[in-house]
Formats: sequence, C-alpha cells, structure tokens
Amino acid sequence: MGLIEVGIAAAKAFAVLMLVLHMSAILLWVERKGSALIQDRIGANRANIFGVMPFNFGLLNTLIADPLKLITKEDVVPAGADKLLHFLAPFLAVFPVMVTFAAVPFGDQLVIGDYTINLQVADLDIGILYVLAMSSLAVYGVVLAGWASNSRWALLGGIRGAAQMISYEIAMGLALIGAVMTFGTLDMQAIARAQGHHFYGVIPAWGIIYQPLGFLIFLIAGIAESKRVPFDLPEGESELISGYFTEYSGMKQAAFMLSDFAESVVVAGLATTLFFGAWQVPFLFRDGFHFPGGVIVALPHLAVVAMQIASFTIKVFLLCVFQILVRWTLPRYRYDQVMDLGWKYLLPLALANMLVTGIVIVMLG
Amino acid sequence: MGMGAALFLVLAVLTVVSALGVVLHPNPVKSALALIVTLFLLAVVFVLLEAHMIAALQIIVYAGAIMVLFLFVIMLLNLQSEDPERGRRRFVLRGLAWAGGVLLAVELALLTRGAPVGRPGAAPEGYGTAQSVAQSLFTDFLLPFELTSILLLVAVVGAVVLAQKQRRPTIS
Amino acid sequence: MLDQYIGVVFTFALGAVIVLGMVSASMIFGVRSKSRRAAKDEVFECGNPSSGPARGRFSVHFYLVAILFIIFDVEVVFMYPWAIVFRQLGVPGLVEMLTFVAILGFGLAYVWKRGALAWD
Repeated sequence: MGLIEVGIAAAKAFAVLMLVLHMSAILLWVERKGSALIQDRIGANRANIFGVMPFNFGLLNTLIADPLKLITKEDVVPAGADKLLHFLAPFLAVFPVMVTFAAVPFGDQLVIGDYTINLQVADLDIGILYVLAMSSLAVYGVVLAGWASNSRWALLGGIRGAAQMISYEIAMGLALIGAVMTFGTLDMQAIARAQGHHFYGVIPAWGIIYQPLGFLIFLIAGIAESKRVPFDLPEGESELISGYFTEYSGMKQAAFMLSDFAESVVVAGLATTLFFGAWQVPFLFRDGFHFPGGVIVALPHLAVVAMQIASFTIKVFLLCVFQILVRWTLPRYRYDQVMDLGWKYLLPLALANMLVTGIVIVMLG
Repeated sequence: MGMGAALFLVLAVLTVVSALGVVLHPNPVKSALALIVTLFLLAVVFVLLEAHMIAALQIIVYAGAIMVLFLFVIMLLNLQSEDPERGRRRFVLRGLAWAGGVLLAVELALLTRGAPVGRPGAAPEGYGTAQSVAQSLFTDFLLPFELTSILLLVAVVGAVVLAQKQRRPTIS
Repeated sequence: MLDQYIGVVFTFALGAVIVLGMVSASMIFGVRSKSRRAAKDEVFECGNPSSGPARGRFSVHFYLVAILFIIFDVEVVFMYPWAIVFRQLGVPGLVEMLTFVAILGFGLAYVWKRGALAWD
C-alpha cells in the first residue's frame, strides 16, 4: 500500500468525521428554527455581525456564535466529583458515535486516473457488526457522567439512560436481522449496490420494500438510543434537571448535546444504507440515467459520483429532520412505558419480523 | 521483524498494561474501565489475526454488554475504593505466586513436549470472515449452538429467581 | 482485508483529536472566577444545601435489565452469522433457528410471566 492510498484513507476519514460534525451542528439549527416554526415562534434570530449586516444569519448562531460562547464558559467540576471520569465521560459519549460512520458508504466509487477510490472509509466485511459494536460502547459516557458527577440527578439520569439504551439495543439489533437476511451480507457497500435495480423497471428495490416493519422498529429503537423525545427520560428537564449532564458546563455539556445529534445522524445513516438505497439515485447507473421506456441520458463520471454523494447526504438529512419532527410532536413517555415498549412490543415484534422474513425467503426459494 | 509482529508487540504491551490496571487500581469503577479497555484491545488483536467476526463480537458482547452489568453492580452497590492498607500485600503476593506457577507450568510443558515446530501456515482464503465463521457454526458446531440456547435459558431463569427473591408480600 | 482497517485507524485517531479538543476547550479557554468558589462547586440540588454524597444503592431491577440484556444480546449476536448463510442453509437452517428462538422465547415468556419486565 503506497503513500497515496494512505493519504486517500486519511482524507476520507476526515471528510466523514466532518460530515457527521457539521450535519449535527446544522441539525441543531434546524431543530431550533423548526421547533419555532412548529410552535409559532420566531426562534434563534440574534446572529448579526456587529449589527451591521442587513439581515440575520440564523445558522451562524449554531455554527459560530454558540461554540464561541460555550468555549469561553467556565468549566465547573463539582466538589466530590471524580475529576478524571468527569472529564472522560463526555469524550466516551461522543467518540464511539463519531467513529461509527467509518463503515457507512457515502458513494459508489470515484475513478481518478489510475486510482479507483471506494467512497467509504473502510469497506469492512463485518460492516453492520462494526456499527453495532461501536454504538454499544456509547452507553459508558452516559453511565460514567452520572456516576462521576456525585449528584443525585446525574446518577438517576445515568442509570435510567443506561438501562434504556441497553434495552433498545436488543430491538435495534434484531430489527436489522431481517435486512441482513434479505441481502445476505454484512458488508454495507455490498448492501448499497444490491439496492441498485428496479422492480418492474420502475420501483427502486430499496430495503424498505422488503423490510417495512424492520425499518419502523429500527427507527423507533434508534430514536430511543439517541435519548431524544419521546424517550428523553435520562435528561428529562422537568424531572431530573438535565439528567446525567446536570453537572456539566461549557463545551463538555455541548459534547453531550452533540452526541445526541450525532446519534441521530448515525441512525439516519444506517437507515439510509439499509432501507433507502444508500447512495443510489433511482434510474441512475454508472454511465448515466436509464429511464423506463429506454430513454438513456449519459452523464460524465464525476457528475454521477456527485449525484450519489448528494443523494446519500440528502436522504440522511431528511431522516434526521423526520426525527426532529417526531421530537416536537410527541410528549415524553413514562419510564415504565419506555421499558414496556422496548421489551414487550419491539422485541417480540422484531423476532416475528425475522421469522416471517425467513419463511418468506425459504418459500420463494 | 515484520509490520504485523511489531503491531502485535505494541498491542500486547498495551493490553497487559491495561490488564494490570484492572488488578492494581484501587477504585473499582476505574478497574472496570481498564477492563473495558483490555477487552477492546483484545478485539484489536483478533483483527490482527484476521478474525474480524470474532473481533466485532468481542466488543459487542464483552466490552459492550457484560461490562455494563459489571459497572451497574459496582455503582449500584456503591463499592468504595479499597483501603490500600487492608490485606493488599497478601493479595499481591498470592497473585504473583499464581502467575509464577502458571509460567512454570507452561515452561515445563514446553520443555517436556518441545516447542511447537515451524510456523503456522497462512490463513486459508476467506478465513475469519463473517461467511466462513457462520458456515462452520451452523454445520460443524450445530449442537453446541443449540445447547447454548438452553444455557441462556437457564441464565434467564436464574437471574429472575435471584433478583425476585425478596419479593415476598410485605406486611403493611 | 487488513488494509481496510487503515481507514478505521485514521477515523479513530482524527476522531479522538477532534473530540478531545472539543471536551477540553472550555478548560483551556473558559473564564475562571475565584469568587464564591465553595458555593459554585457544590452539586446542584435545586438551591438546597447539598445533603452529602449522592452515590447510594439502587433498585435490583436495573441489574435484572442488565442481565436480560446480556442474554438477549448473545442471542442477537448468534443470529447475525445465521442471517448471512441463511440462504445456503435453506429449510434445515430455518428449523435450527426456530428451535433456538423457541427455547429463548420460552425464557422471554417466563420473564414476562414472572413480572420481571413490569416496572413499578
């Protein structure tokens, strides 16, 4: 492996991390403005550069003004807290979520001269298991934040959060089995390519056609994993102040906020890859559009690649926006309802989905 | 020394250091954290051995699931840092004695039976991939797989029985 | 195959740098005031004076959830390899997994019946 390949790998890793980071920041703005829209308010409107710009840049709020403000906040570590763990907890909450995207393909392949670049940071044979493995580590940030703070609210939130996250991890894992059975592989790029054909020449063969129930269970479990409303009991402000990050300030607190959004992005990314055709654009093939009826529009290679990447990004973004819509539509569950939903409804339903998928596949030969 | 061997050496040292951290750190929560790191590093060793599937399962089951229970137990029982004075020396001595004994046994075995000769051959095509692991699991190791379900069932029943032991009707 | 992990290594390294920078930013650039330190460092208990260490013992229910999680996680983990080779195994494969799921489904039914899933 030459120096150029290593450089390409580094560039891809950087691009994907930036994608997750910026998508999360933009989502924060979408959430603030979107919630304002839903609740008939104006929302964030105070970002104007020294008051001289003719109009406000709302997005600047979350991209520049908010981080600047947060960075200059005082970093308070409560007395009696475990200093090392108090520092480590926000790191452990964000890091596993960020690296999850390494296995998610964001495009087909880019050919530049002699090099064929696979548009995926790591084409892992065990892709889906890698994603599940990394997201299973995200629970430690929550638990340790709760424990290290030496605060009642934080500890309650941390324990609640951990129990909730592990409960929904089961449903999440089971919901994906149906999709894995359909495609017969864990390699996410292979799954993306398998969704490239069309039924009857018109309907794109995306995973959701095979696995509608699997998608639904996965999405619910995913929202619960990211601890967002209606599953935000670990941080429910009317009961636990801020839950497990009550005793955090400044960028550490922002890290916990970011981890929730980044988890939304990861859930959307996985859902896009498995159920919404990943980077596929309907009727777009490597050499251009092949519309039903034999109309062919040839496109240059770079245009095709750009459209694939755009397609993936837009799908992920729309699924994130859908999660935000859910968040501002539903009230919070009670804790017993959260546990019931995970263990008594989603788990048996996911098992049934898997068995029905198996029987159908066997019957179809 | 090849690239693989060098990587393995670095990883091995890191793994042993974090494993020592598990044993030697007085704070039980940090011990558990060190154990998570150890298990994670073991997964990386599996990756170096081209056992990708096992590496992923190692993280999901050990680092991601079993350690959550460990942490719960430590945190919820409110275990304090152990008192360095109390019997620490005795445990360290005992541990060293055991480690020495195991080392001696391995040495003896190597001396009497001879060191394994030659290098293990290159891994066969597709070794360690999800496909090959699954193939052998559901053909050659079918019976152990099915028996696992019974083991898990026993564990479920045991957990419920133990946890609900105190749930007798209370006098009110 | 191992070549692919170079991407994972880069993601880990870059991710660690970014997240570490983020988490420690306020510690480096944040303001620091010396005034009323004792009150500021107190844990938040809605304005009341703190009533001592917060770490106490918890409901056994959380352990139960954790144990059940491990057991069903192992079950899920066994299903992934099965799902990949499922087509090659055919009907016998389906029967194998049905047996496995049935035995564990029995376990789930037992837990349910004993009320261990009920949260009160």
